[in-house]
Amino acid sequence: MKFKLKVWRQKTATAPGKLVEYQAKDVSPNTSFLEMLDVVNEGLVAQGKEPIAFDSDCREGICGTCSLTINGEAHGPDHPGAACEVYMRRFKDGETIVVEPFRAKPFPLIKDLVVDRSALDRIVQAGGFIAARAGSAPEANSILVPKHEADRSMEAAACIGCGACAAACPNASAMLFTAAKVSHLAFLPQGQPERTTRVLKMVTAMDAEGFGNCTNTYECEAVCPASISASLIAKLNREYAIASLKRRAGE
Amino acid sequence: MIVAVTGVVLIAFVVGHLLGNLQIFLGPDWVNSYAEHLRALGPLLWAIRAFLLVSVLLHIFYTISLAIENRRARPVQYERKDNVKATFASRYMAMSGLIVLAFILYHLAHFTVRVTDPRFLLLKADPLNRYDVYSMMVYGFQNIFVSAFYIIGMFLLALHLSHGTSSFFQSLGLNDKKLTPRLALAGRIFAWLIFVGYTSIPIAVLFHLVKPAQEL
Amino acid sequence: MIGTLDSRIPSGPLAQKWATHKDHARLVSPNNRRKFQVIVVGSGLAGGAAAATLGELGYNVKCFCYQDSPRRAHSIAAQGGINAAKNYQNDGDSVFRLFYDTIKGGDFRSREANVYRLAEVSNLIIDHCVEQGVPFAREYGGLLANRSFGGAQVSRTFYARGQTGQQLLLGAYQALCRQIAAGTVAMFPQTEMLDLVLVDGHAKGIITRSLVTGKIAAHAADAVVLATGGYGNVFYLSTNARGCNVTATYRAYKKGALFANPCFTQIHPTCIPVSGQNQSKLTLMSESLRNDGRVWVPKKAGDKRSPKQIPEEERDYYLERKYPSFGNLAPRDISSRAAKEVCDEGRGVGESGRGVYLDFADAINRVGEQTIRERYGNLFHIYEKITGENAYERPMRIYPAVHYTMGGLWVDYNLMSNIPGLHVIGEANFSDHGANRLGASALMQGLADGYFVLPYTLPVYLAGQIGKRPPTDHQEFCKAEDEVRARTTKLLSINGSRSVDSFHRELGFLLWDKCGMARNTRGLREALTWIPEMREQFWRDVRVPGIGKEFNQSLERAGRVADFLEFAELMCIDALTRDESCGGHFREEHQTPDGEALRDDEHFADVFAWEYQGNGSIAAPKLHREPLVFETVELTQRSYK
Repeated sequence: MKFKLKVWRQKTATAPGKLVEYQAKDVSPNTSFLEMLDVVNEGLVAQGKEPIAFDSDCREGICGTCSLTINGEAHGPDHPGAACEVYMRRFKDGETIVVEPFRAKPFPLIKDLVVDRSALDRIVQAGGFIAARAGSAPEANSILVPKHEADRSMEAAACIGCGACAAACPNASAMLFTAAKVSHLAFLPQGQPERTTRVLKMVTAMDAEGFGNCTNTYECEAVCPASISASLIAKLNREYAIASLKRRAGE
Repeated sequence: MIVAVTGVVLIAFVVGHLLGNLQIFLGPDWVNSYAEHLRALGPLLWAIRAFLLVSVLLHIFYTISLAIENRRARPVQYERKDNVKATFASRYMAMSGLIVLAFILYHLAHFTVRVTDPRFLLLKADPLNRYDVYSMMVYGFQNIFVSAFYIIGMFLLALHLSHGTSSFFQSLGLNDKKLTPRLALAGRIFAWLIFVGYTSIPIAVLFHLVKPAQEL
Repeated sequence: MIGTLDSRIPSGPLAQKWATHKDHARLVSPNNRRKFQVIVVGSGLAGGAAAATLGELGYNVKCFCYQDSPRRAHSIAAQGGINAAKNYQNDGDSVFRLFYDTIKGGDFRSREANVYRLAEVSNLIIDHCVEQGVPFAREYGGLLANRSFGGAQVSRTFYARGQTGQQLLLGAYQALCRQIAAGTVAMFPQTEMLDLVLVDGHAKGIITRSLVTGKIAAHAADAVVLATGGYGNVFYLSTNARGCNVTATYRAYKKGALFANPCFTQIHPTCIPVSGQNQSKLTLMSESLRNDGRVWVPKKAGDKRSPKQIPEEERDYYLERKYPSFGNLAPRDISSRAAKEVCDEGRGVGESGRGVYLDFADAINRVGEQTIRERYGNLFHIYEKITGENAYERPMRIYPAVHYTMGGLWVDYNLMSNIPGLHVIGEANFSDHGANRLGASALMQGLADGYFVLPYTLPVYLAGQIGKRPPTDHQEFCKAEDEVRARTTKLLSINGSRSVDSFHRELGFLLWDKCGMARNTRGLREALTWIPEMREQFWRDVRVPGIGKEFNQSLERAGRVADFLEFAELMCIDALTRDESCGGHFREEHQTPDGEALRDDEHFADVFAWEYQGNGSIAAPKLHREPLVFETVELTQRSYK
């Protein structure tokens, strides 16, 4: 197979960027998208040019490092899945493929297709945890969690923190990311003591990072590689409303 | 949250207003007496109007400021952006909202303040000495441009509501995984019922199914 | 420089060693803890847990990782589960049994005391992780669920769907985030350790390079903890993440830390087979799949029929046939070798002929597709994404791939290397898995080290170190920084004709061939002549575009591959010197009549710890041996029949 690529190239955070055209030839349909970029990069290095910078690590869809917008879709056309799980058999031979970084103000660009997503870490630092000190835990089976609740919690906890939700959202909102963490912990009995403060702090941190607001377009859940449901955003809204009321009531 | 709550208020108004308007199919007496009853509310009517106005203003103020924030959240736009799931309606809420606002302003000027059509001043009171709202509506809609603008306005309103109605449940956290798709569908059906209801009036007038109760 | 290796194993009966050790270990009082600066390199299960726990205790911690967030450490990719001796299933499990299975699984090449301690703290880990909010699988009554895993006859593995590593790492990450917010941990993501700094023979700091700005910086500390994972990527293709590397531990080795058992690498039996030239990594299919999947190949060599057309009687369920009592759950080294064997006989499946079937048809008939979907849905999904095949309808094709490295820096019972102050935890050390690691034990070891061992053993060193932290303008820091700069400049200035990846690939294929699932004297000797040539060519002909003072992925990789090119030699030397077969180290010269690994306990019941003497071609590394003393278990021929 062969493809025409239009790849966003931008040398530094402040330099102007533009789409640059490359040809990818003799690509096997069983090559992954990132491996195809590897091959293009090998070619660039051979010509003495700088290879395209792009993020990836585990290349099996779990670490959340890869962050490409392929043909206008975060993580490309193969939902649910991360960009590293997209295979070239998904594209038509001879197709033009546009590759851009994740774009959102809280994700400043570092180089080419690489962006800084530390904003997501800061949201978790604001309260996305249970304050459990090592050595202080009771015997594991003394905390019973109904299977149904554990399953729901797991579904929320599956978030890989890639930021595709914010990248795909027309408003660059990170509600799905925040909702997943808030829900994961709110579904569990262990998460109850900090439930109120957690959601308030995390939402405040999210807003402070400059993410946009949710207007319920559900674009986030459509591109989420971990299939996190946007109904968790409703849950986040609910948790936030209740927590705000509780705080007002002075509890 | 405020957007959602004010949205609900406005949805309630839209439904109430539609029910009132549909009385046109029941004849002049129904409509005119309905209008008379509304006017008879006196200060209460003004209170309702004020409440609606505040709701509209809040709704607009917050949505516009949200829209500005949302634009700022992505200073560099995508060269190519495809949408996987987001509907047209959901992506152009501000646009449809603003056009609906323009329509409402015209609509108020047209039927409430009655400054756009000099013929309305010529209308005589009906046999029970009430203002002949019925004939006013019919004459108003006999103008094809008025009706066309009205239908376009209603179309955009329906578009706005097709996202807005179910969106309300999501924003207030009143749904879950199972309910969400059902609410989305219900919201869409509701919005298009509203559209059909409202547009039935100018259509009926244009096709002479409803005729004025008095000659000018 | 180094005398005899003192493993500092406490005396007394096995079951009391850890308790006694803790009772008498030196402590650092709470008000003194904040006077100490501890560097933790790596933020995976071991590093993340250690950084968080040391932060909770009140130490000042600096934590470094090359990823853009500590949550992305490769521990996240572990799928199957984590072992603990809870005996919740009432099936006869105990601390001793977990200890025994682990030491036997490691083919008797690990320390009794370390492994026993690991089994002991395993239960604490489960308690702690549950408390942190790790959503482990549950039974309907709300109790924790278990599944069975390779190399054990009890059901002791705790899991969170097929994402156990992810959930445990997020637990550690969240604890770490809490400490970052509290100010006890300073996090340095996208920062790579490029050298270790010794002052008066003690590890007192590191030199790092920011992967974003290219800035080279010195960090001083009272102790350094390496939690930088394994070196599986020396093989180029492995299940490790692309960024995993040996640089931190190898740099420490070059500064005098001993590297133990580098030839002990684990080849995981259930990975998706290689397809095509450009493949950049291999994907694991969790061992847990072998709970329900049956492994088979056609009986006839060269049988190219589709699997459904091959009738039952023409299939060879070779694991069930050869190891009736463990069957498809035979340990990893044994299953891998068995797969290689049948493929060597020409009975392999798939286009390349390097693959075997993992068939779920029986399990689907028995428990229904829905149950299988619940258990392994995400794995079947990954499989379909990569291969385009639906494993509910057609058996999976799997083949062994490099997955884990048991070898690592030598550490004593306190997890401290022979360099005072340098502690090594998780996969980066050598201590607990011997010559083969059992499934679901890596997560256990990483978290044990991070949460429950290091926090007790680090003070043993720190207690005597108040006020001994050197300033970063100390001459040793300046020297190390200059060396790092010079090396970076050198890499950028070669401007040859070949890419970094081309060297890495070449090295990886050579090692897979000569030092992979089976090794022999001739092959290892060949590798030992080729590696120095490859290295020489690398330093003459590599092309690293760009500059050092910016984000430069080619430069990052070049530094790592340069280290792999040296480390590979050490690995082959170790493999050659260990003239026996044990666990994952299979020397073809040493096998039983039916092809199993044949140990030589008389000569090789030792840890091989290598001391750097200069580059291989210049000076061979010096071997130190730590004899393994078995007071409790009896060394037997490992049998899973």
